[in-house]
Amino acid sequence: MVNISKGRLRVKDVRHEADTFRMRAIVGFLVILVALSALITRFAFLQVTHHEEFTAKSEANRISTRGIAPSRGLIYDRNGILLAENTAAFRLEVVPEGVKHMDAMLAELDGVVAVGEDDIARFNVARRNKKPFESVPLRLKLSEDEIARFSINRWRFPAVDIVPYLTRTYPYGETFAHVLGYVGRIDLSEAQRIDASLYTGTTHIGKNGIERYYKDELHGTPGYEKVEINADRRQIGTPLERVAPTPGKNLYLTIDARLQRAAETAFNGRAGAAVALDPRNGEVLALISIPTFDANLFVNGIGQIDYSRLLNDPLKPLLNRAIAGGFLPGSTMKPYVALAGLELGLRKPSDTVVSTGEFHIPGQARGYRDDFPAGVVNMRTAITESVNTYFYTLAYEMGIERFSEGLGRFGFGVKTGVDMVGESAGVLPSREWKRGHSKEPWYPGETVVAGIGQGYWVVTPIQLATAAASIAAKGELRTPRLLRAEQNELNAAPQPVPPALLRGTTITRPANWRAVADGMIGAVNEAGGTALGLGKDFPYVIAGKTGTAERFSRTDETWTSIATSSAERHQVLFECFTPAEDARIAVVVALEAGHSGASDAAPIARKILDSWLAFDDDARRVAGSAGAP
Amino acid sequence: MIEILFAQLRAFLVRMRRQPALDWPLALALLLLAAIGLTTLYSASDLDVRTVVNQGARFVLGFALMLMLARVPPQTLRNWTPWLYAGSLVLLVLVAIHGSGRGANRWLDLKVLRFQPSELVKLTLPMMAAWVLNQRELPPKFFSLAIVGVLIALPAALIAKQPDLGTALLVVASGMFVIFLAGMAWWRIALIVGSVAAAAPVAWHFMHEYQRDRLRTLLDPESDPLGKGYHIIQSKIAVGSGGLFGKGWHHGTQSKLEFLPEHTTDFIFAVFSEEWGLIGVCALIALYIFIVGRGLMIAANARDTYSRLLAGAISMSFFVYVMVNGGMIAGMLPVVGVPLPLVSYGGTSVVALLAGFGVLMSIHQHRRLHAR
Repeated sequence: MVNISKGRLRVKDVRHEADTFRMRAIVGFLVILVALSALITRFAFLQVTHHEEFTAKSEANRISTRGIAPSRGLIYDRNGILLAENTAAFRLEVVPEGVKHMDAMLAELDGVVAVGEDDIARFNVARRNKKPFESVPLRLKLSEDEIARFSINRWRFPAVDIVPYLTRTYPYGETFAHVLGYVGRIDLSEAQRIDASLYTGTTHIGKNGIERYYKDELHGTPGYEKVEINADRRQIGTPLERVAPTPGKNLYLTIDARLQRAAETAFNGRAGAAVALDPRNGEVLALISIPTFDANLFVNGIGQIDYSRLLNDPLKPLLNRAIAGGFLPGSTMKPYVALAGLELGLRKPSDTVVSTGEFHIPGQARGYRDDFPAGVVNMRTAITESVNTYFYTLAYEMGIERFSEGLGRFGFGVKTGVDMVGESAGVLPSREWKRGHSKEPWYPGETVVAGIGQGYWVVTPIQLATAAASIAAKGELRTPRLLRAEQNELNAAPQPVPPALLRGTTITRPANWRAVADGMIGAVNEAGGTALGLGKDFPYVIAGKTGTAERFSRTDETWTSIATSSAERHQVLFECFTPAEDARIAVVVALEAGHSGASDAAPIARKILDSWLAFDDDARRVAGSAGAP
Repeated sequence: MIEILFAQLRAFLVRMRRQPALDWPLALALLLLAAIGLTTLYSASDLDVRTVVNQGARFVLGFALMLMLARVPPQTLRNWTPWLYAGSLVLLVLVAIHGSGRGANRWLDLKVLRFQPSELVKLTLPMMAAWVLNQRELPPKFFSLAIVGVLIALPAALIAKQPDLGTALLVVASGMFVIFLAGMAWWRIALIVGSVAAAAPVAWHFMHEYQRDRLRTLLDPESDPLGKGYHIIQSKIAVGSGGLFGKGWHHGTQSKLEFLPEHTTDFIFAVFSEEWGLIGVCALIALYIFIVGRGLMIAANARDTYSRLLAGAISMSFFVYVMVNGGMIAGMLPVVGVPLPLVSYGGTSVVALLAGFGVLMSIHQHRRLHAR
């Protein structure tokens, strides 16, 4: 072929060109085949060799497992009155991933809905265990105003949302604050302690009281759901798999809410504590500590003002005096000293002592005072009339070793083991205790004053109530307890918890019980009794013992400086049980200040017994469970 | 002038009536590929009919253009070649002056029509190269190669400036195929490959940061899983989780749940791989091999050097698109905006490719009558 171009003439070798092309095309095609084979090999490498790995990654992409928080168990009193429930509320939640400048956003949000520093602190704690695309609660329990304000301004906060949730509510927030405790948001130290998988989706944890002691039972087990999500982490369709959470157990307490209310009312605001036990089984029928506080304040983060008010209150409303309040027992200790003497074989009930109004340790000048010269008294009269000399003598004869051992049998100086958190052990006077607290040796005079519940003694109301209940139960010392039954689901039958174990036997011979019980019955019912008149118009015989302990030593300067009112000088107590011969209730009332146990504490105990009486009859009719009436 | 055009049009219409023949194996293969493309697109768009209809319309336009070009004798094309080449260069310059597009000026908005002139160049450049070499002594000597080199460099530079390095390289490749098929001496080829390898560090220096990132990401995608490595990681997950048999049509979670970015356009091959597995991938690549092979056969049987070189370059470029896209999907090659031919959503690419096949059809029809 001849190609004429631009005036030049060139003979092109067309056949050769075609052959060259054919060769090059074949080479090219072979290269193509090799290249595409390599591509297929690469696909095979991904799709066959590493198929499992990429399938797992694809599933991980697509499936998100979300924990579902269980609903917290409810708490009832022994008659099914609801004491702690879960109510619907609204809170603000933030998806941290959607926020560019968290601090700026929070500051801006604070202008719409108050967000406190502690809210932010807890928010930051909660964020640690979450992935950035997971929603984290910021502000709990929004008021209607706040919801309205936020709704208007919602467009400014794309990563913030109002979310409904269940919040803990205590219908009798003040009456049961010291029994139930409260739940609060999980703080940093708790977050490190708890099993995060168990608390997935849960913001709160029991902080105190029953809520804390039974936190595992109340919490339940979280469920989870597997949902398909897209690249924006939005859920697609219905969950692929859902395992429902197991709600926490509902708890039935031994407390009788009516008795609890009556006891609270009877105190009329005076600082102190009361514990009512059923001596037959150790059930705590009422447990109050005055002053109290509203447990609801703590649930959704207590405000700084409220909190500092509670903290700085001189009456210490946050202190649970019933289990952690230390009282000088005073004369309420006498029945136990008497029993220790009997059990140790140092005394027979008929043994007498002469009270001259003052006791001297042989060879010592110092006198130990009695209120009045009672003359010749036996054990019964000594208890009834609270004759100090009888117990000075007895304690002195016992010596501190036997004294500590004999009184220790009633559970003094150790925690009772009640199912609450924060119990104090108190102080049982002993050489060991003093060795741990002082360089001085033990002086015999200290044994003498310990005999009337003075000196180093510290008891908690629940200790004293447990001891009193052991006399009421003719020597059976039981661990007090607050949990009566557990319920797995709302309509299931409550399962009674096994009865508390017997901690020990405090009285071995019926005659010993008789003597002490007679003394306590006399104190309430006989002429000369320190609490005479307390049993008036009560259908059952009440056995009791007053205690009026001096808060300050008489040589102390405080004694004279505040001596204007004897009410401020004394801690006053009263212990009692009824019916005396076959007790169904034992009550201890302790006041931090008062004239005397008889005038201040005993009337409160009587009011508690009166209200118990109103419920006791139908309680016996319905229950009939725990032993014969 | 008008009379001449009129006469040419009449002659064209007459020829159309007389020579209806297409290369049926190639046409059927293209139709099959279009069907696969639309089916995959329907799934990848999460059953969005509008997307599929849009793309279908482009296929109709593309096939119509293919039929028209099939009737244009290679002779005529050859005569128009310098003008077409010049025209596409002008368009590229226009794009450089005022184009539109995300992050890069690749698009020319003609109000009624929005297209990428760079796609046009993929066809006009090999035409121009073939036109030049057709007139010169073959195998090409240095002077011929220098001319073609300048013709390649002009559009490539304009496209690289957009910046679209991927397309620029593809354009360069389409020109180089012409030279290769024209019989450039092997020692020259070796020299070019060698100097490209030596120039790579220099190229790195002149690259845009995003281009460097893409190369870095290719080497170690895990280093930035939510940022630059995200495309490659998610694409590999889609491909790998497809396995031997795939998850089934419209059961690919990676695309359906939008983990896979650009799943209707550049990454549609990953959707296909996820849903049809290795079996599907092999079948698809086999179809591509058939099309390329058929194209090369047509080229080998072409009547003249111009047709031969052009047909060969078109076929081999087609392979390059498949290879670059597939290599990107499988994490072998860097992420470049190269669509999977006739499968990815996008109009210009479909129309340009089918136009190229129209040229092939024409060459086929005007093949050497004395072919074996």
